[in-house]
Amino acid sequence: MTASALRIAACAVAAVVLIAAPFGLKPYGIYVLSLWAVTVIAAIGLNLTLGYAGQVSLAQAAFVGIGAYIAALLTTNGWPFTAAYVLAFAACFAVGWLLGYPALRVQHHYLAFVTLAFNTLVFLMFRNEEWLTGGIYGINRVPRPELFGVSTASPRAFYYFCLVHLVLVAAAAWWLIRSPWGRAFVAVRENPLRAAALGVDTRRYTLMAFALGAGLGGVSGALYAALLQYVDPTPFSLTLSLNLLLMVVVGGSGYFLGPFLGGAVAVLLPEWLRFAQNYYLFGYALVVMVLMVFCPTGLIGLGARLVKLLPKQTAAAGKPAP
Amino acid sequence: MFTDHWSLITDFLQLLVAGLATGAIYALAAIGFTLLWQTSQTINFAQGEFVMLPAFFVLAAMNVGLPLPAAIVAGIAASVLVLGVLFKQLVVDPMLRHGVLPLVISTIALGLLLKEGVKEFYGAEAQSFPPLGADLNVSIGGASISVQSLVVIAAAVVAVAALQLFLAHTRTGRSMQATAQNPAVARILGIPVERMILYTFLINAALTALASILVTPIYLAKFTNGEWLGLYAFIAAIVGGFNQVRGAIVGGLLLGIVDNFAAAYLSAAYRSALPLVILVVVILFRPQGLLGRLEERSV
Amino acid sequence: MRFWLGAAVAAAMAVCVGQAAADDIKFANIGELSGAGAVSSTNWRDGATLAVEEINAKGGILGRHIVMTNYDDQTNPGMARAQMQKAIDDDPYVILGPIFSGMVKVSMTLAQQAEIPQFIGGEASDLTQLGDPYLFRTSYGQQASMPKIANYIHDVVKAKSVAVVWVNNDFGKGGRDNFTKEMNARGIKIVADISTESGQTDFAADVVKAKAAKADAIFVYTNEEESARFLREIRKQGVTVPLIGETTLVSQKVIELAGDAANGIRGHVGLSADIPVPGVQEFKAKFQKRFNYAPDHNAIKGYTAVYAIRFVTEKKLGKFDRKGLAAALHGLTIAPEEEPGILIATTWDDKGDIDRISFLAEVVNGKQQITETLPKLGKQ
Repeated sequence: MTASALRIAACAVAAVVLIAAPFGLKPYGIYVLSLWAVTVIAAIGLNLTLGYAGQVSLAQAAFVGIGAYIAALLTTNGWPFTAAYVLAFAACFAVGWLLGYPALRVQHHYLAFVTLAFNTLVFLMFRNEEWLTGGIYGINRVPRPELFGVSTASPRAFYYFCLVHLVLVAAAAWWLIRSPWGRAFVAVRENPLRAAALGVDTRRYTLMAFALGAGLGGVSGALYAALLQYVDPTPFSLTLSLNLLLMVVVGGSGYFLGPFLGGAVAVLLPEWLRFAQNYYLFGYALVVMVLMVFCPTGLIGLGARLVKLLPKQTAAAGKPAP
Repeated sequence: MFTDHWSLITDFLQLLVAGLATGAIYALAAIGFTLLWQTSQTINFAQGEFVMLPAFFVLAAMNVGLPLPAAIVAGIAASVLVLGVLFKQLVVDPMLRHGVLPLVISTIALGLLLKEGVKEFYGAEAQSFPPLGADLNVSIGGASISVQSLVVIAAAVVAVAALQLFLAHTRTGRSMQATAQNPAVARILGIPVERMILYTFLINAALTALASILVTPIYLAKFTNGEWLGLYAFIAAIVGGFNQVRGAIVGGLLLGIVDNFAAAYLSAAYRSALPLVILVVVILFRPQGLLGRLEERSV
Repeated sequence: MRFWLGAAVAAAMAVCVGQAAADDIKFANIGELSGAGAVSSTNWRDGATLAVEEINAKGGILGRHIVMTNYDDQTNPGMARAQMQKAIDDDPYVILGPIFSGMVKVSMTLAQQAEIPQFIGGEASDLTQLGDPYLFRTSYGQQASMPKIANYIHDVVKAKSVAVVWVNNDFGKGGRDNFTKEMNARGIKIVADISTESGQTDFAADVVKAKAAKADAIFVYTNEEESARFLREIRKQGVTVPLIGETTLVSQKVIELAGDAANGIRGHVGLSADIPVPGVQEFKAKFQKRFNYAPDHNAIKGYTAVYAIRFVTEKKLGKFDRKGLAAALHGLTIAPEEEPGILIATTWDDKGDIDRISFLAEVVNGKQQITETLPKLGKQ
């Protein structure tokens, strides 16, 4: 079996599992899977910005929040959900572009601090501007969307709604990465000065990656609002940004499947480890640190290395593996 | 009328002293942060937790029965060992060759680890912590200043002065400065670069331990103490100048004073916004900070 | 390979942990066992656990053993909803918690749809206005406690102007909004409105603002640690106007952390382990013995909730009936003579709000002393 055939088979199996999963799970399990799907969308966005374009952003939680509030405000006022999340994407893309314009002039750790500051400022606005966001009281009773007359209010229906979006976003990201744009992102990440010397408009590409990542964060936020049916400022703090960062890195920054695996570790694993109760976060932090020491390219990187260690099936047989 | 003016002055003095005291703590944390960056390109996102933790070492020592002075010594020793030596050997050294980002992630995870560790293994509730000075107030110009605040400022000044003397006038100190400026050349000159870097980690641990002991009597010992403290330490370091120890001091004091005055005279709900805005403005328009030198970008 | 990992994880999640025996009666307790609400929820959980253990020792409810499962929402709304769903999937008889009002809001609809009675620790006033017939409080809502303290400020302290210091989370903001309404209704001016942050450590600026406002009294509505820090700072700056608060301000924890700075503060106490009611003192001793720390008002809330459930199920219904439980509780008064575990006579109205006697307290020499007992708000 060739590598690509194996990959296609694995994709098919994954698709079957994800589609069939709700039938074997109670509403709680379905909810957690939906939360995983929604979080992965935000992580895919951050992976674009960080993994492919090399820009350290700690602002992703702010974009998720902006998307969530836009969706909540619009849908509680009767707007259809489709309009809400298109607007969420557009708004976050625009804000991302505006933020990136000055911010991306600085590198690495400076960018991390600027995005960190932005995230905290946005959080403060969410909390203080009661006239707009409901302040600390939040927006309650956010309705779930209705598609072609079918309500997504039930856990299973909404899960499929999230899954469809995840597939769409993943497909779009896949196409983007395979396109010349994607290659430009990687060139800028590896060596910005050299890329510039080769005539790549580094500025435009990094801005694009940043804004796209932000836009995806907005989409994630819109889905999040409909999932919880309640939006308040507390989840959109720096902690979520850091968590998303950890997710992307643990999964494998710059690998397409990184966010999926990172999301599983951050959202699904804690539920699995409930027996660990209070020690869960402690254990999670320990795992991240150990992972960083032994495999800084994340779990996917670890997987890639393990695959390389397997004995080769090529015609150069007779040579024993070292 | 006269009383109103007078109370304005006493208020001003009150805020100034409070600002200097908190600023002194930010400065201590910022200096260590800057030193680590200069010598080993380490960005320690757990710096806030480094200020939170030593107080718990001291409390644990006291629980075992040690009197306060011995407990403080034990606490500082434990901090230097864990947050200095162990931090360098177990976290920084393995990570550095993979680049800055994995190290940043590791320190973020480390901060979480320390926070959760204290919460689980010591307790989630705040604990009171014995003050170094007496729990008294003195009256200066009508403003009631606590002796504790003055002790904090004095201790920080002494520590920083000692550090500056060490760096400028001892052989080891000058070697450390050389390492910070250009490790390759320093190595050629025969300076044991690895050992110098280790020293900066030890100094950072000692500084944060001192900050912890000074500030915990006021803040109460709680596992969440590091959150805002860490952020303010970064802001102080960057605003002051990320590659200058002097900058960290100025940044810290400035930040403490600005924060207090902003909280008193500007919006309370956006109190934390002003330092963040200053951070963004400085990074965008003067990234080397107030006192720093511009860093070159290498290919 | 990574797909298998993800799939395996997803499938494994369906496995339930902690199966109860078929004959047991299940209680679900959802709380903020980690995160910002850890201290309150731990008290609540331990108070409820004590009640469950006591009842089980005497044979359970109607002969059936109670099994209480704890769910941690990590003070995160996404988790709160997840844990509520998980709890409901297990088909419990009743749900206890959450305590944080935000967590209650995000999860209460699920319990309502599942028609499971829910006993919350949250005090935000709007929780009982949402038309949920299955929601019951275990302590005063802010809309009930604020009038009492407003009366105290108006009648006893006779203040004409007040400075409000509050913590900017849903607890503090709700309290401040209700308080402001009551002050306006009584014609007392609010001369300073000072918001503080949860976890704030430096209060110099806030004290300066409070002083500058020259109010007749200062109302402090923050969480325990922040209250302690604030008190130390305000005493340090030599302020002598009356400092007035609510249950959290005059609590044992604040007294412990603030030391001498706590002396002289006064407040309205809805529930506390230090009130001179014999049942409460007994409870405090039992709790201290069982858990090795002194209980706060959240422990009493958890404890009384379990006993209220037991009383109604055994004495009023004679069977396990969720809808019946909710219906019976509306308009019911439970007195300690009928059910010692209720500790103080408690009435629930048709919205799930609670009415009890409450107390005015003052801190004297490091101890909370009750100075007055206030009657119930509604009819006796």
